[in-house]
Amino acid sequence: MHELSLSSAIVNTVVKHAADRPVTVVYLRVGALRQVVPDTLDFYFEFVARGTVCEGARLEQELIAARLRCEECDHEWAIEIPAFRCPSCAGSDVTVASGNEFEVESIEVEEAQCIGQR
Amino acid sequence: MHRTKVRIVEDALDANNTIASANRADFDRAGVKVVNFMSAPGAGKTTLLERVVTDLPGVRVGVLEGDVEGSMDADRLASLHVPVTQLNTSAGFGGECHLDANMVRSAIPALPLEEIDLLLVENVGNLVCPAEFKIGEDARVMVTAVTEGEDKPLKYPLMFRACELVIVNKIDLLPHLDFDLEKLLYNIDAVHPDVETIVLSARSGQGIDAWRDWLARIAARAPEEAMA
Repeated sequence: MHELSLSSAIVNTVVKHAADRPVTVVYLRVGALRQVVPDTLDFYFEFVARGTVCEGARLEQELIAARLRCEECDHEWAIEIPAFRCPSCAGSDVTVASGNEFEVESIEVEEAQCIGQR
Repeated sequence: MHRTKVRIVEDALDANNTIASANRADFDRAGVKVVNFMSAPGAGKTTLLERVVTDLPGVRVGVLEGDVEGSMDADRLASLHVPVTQLNTSAGFGGECHLDANMVRSAIPALPLEEIDLLLVENVGNLVCPAEFKIGEDARVMVTAVTEGEDKPLKYPLMFRACELVIVNKIDLLPHLDFDLEKLLYNIDAVHPDVETIVLSARSGQGIDAWRDWLARIAARAPEEAMA
């Protein structure tokens, strides 16, 4: 359900950078830990984009796998299930190496051609 | 027309985080500590607030009550004679299922910041969206009730990881439930190792002292630099 809130956040970010140019593609990096359902995000994005420069834009989602690192024993591992204790030393000082991303990486925009360039 | 690719690389929640930092700076300036209080609907947030708001010696408490509609919760707390500010997410906000930094920003002028030391923000009942949106708080707390099932942390890891305190409520009901408290605590630790937990019953009062002491500790925390 948070995909609706997240779609608004994406559109707001894109609008800020698009400088009124129509947007054709939004490239998004989504970490696995964000628990985003890709199809649901697509659905809400299309809806929230209406009436903005993002209207009709395609959302390209790149899923980033979750990797954790133990600060106590330097063990680094990929997680598939939500278990955040270090499997090597059982330590709790664990940082997320990747998987927390939710960033607009780039956008593709339509530029009006300069006069005289036809 | 031709197409150009524009590199951005910006967290989509940066705009919210920027406003949250501004809120935090305002709260710090006023010397007010802020706790963002979250849970699923019906876990007992309002009752847990009722239990402590008038019972924190030397700490003047205010409440910011977030609800999609209505002022039932705010009315309950106002009857205890603490300053309560209602923030409905419905009109003008499109019925949002969470509080975000901008909504809280809009409520700041209505908050009696000079009259309080600790602002308890009761978020909209929801285990998903509130975890994503900082509001300018010093600490985040979530409540899970034993009526919700042992697997909640595994289903909503974002929320359990976003908080520095997890309250397990309604333990007075344990004799009537097929509920494995140890399993819940194990799952909480799996998702958020070493997170502080308080097991209590807002109804019977068991464990409430620990909740009150925790809030007193937050209120006494040294002012930190506003979040970058």
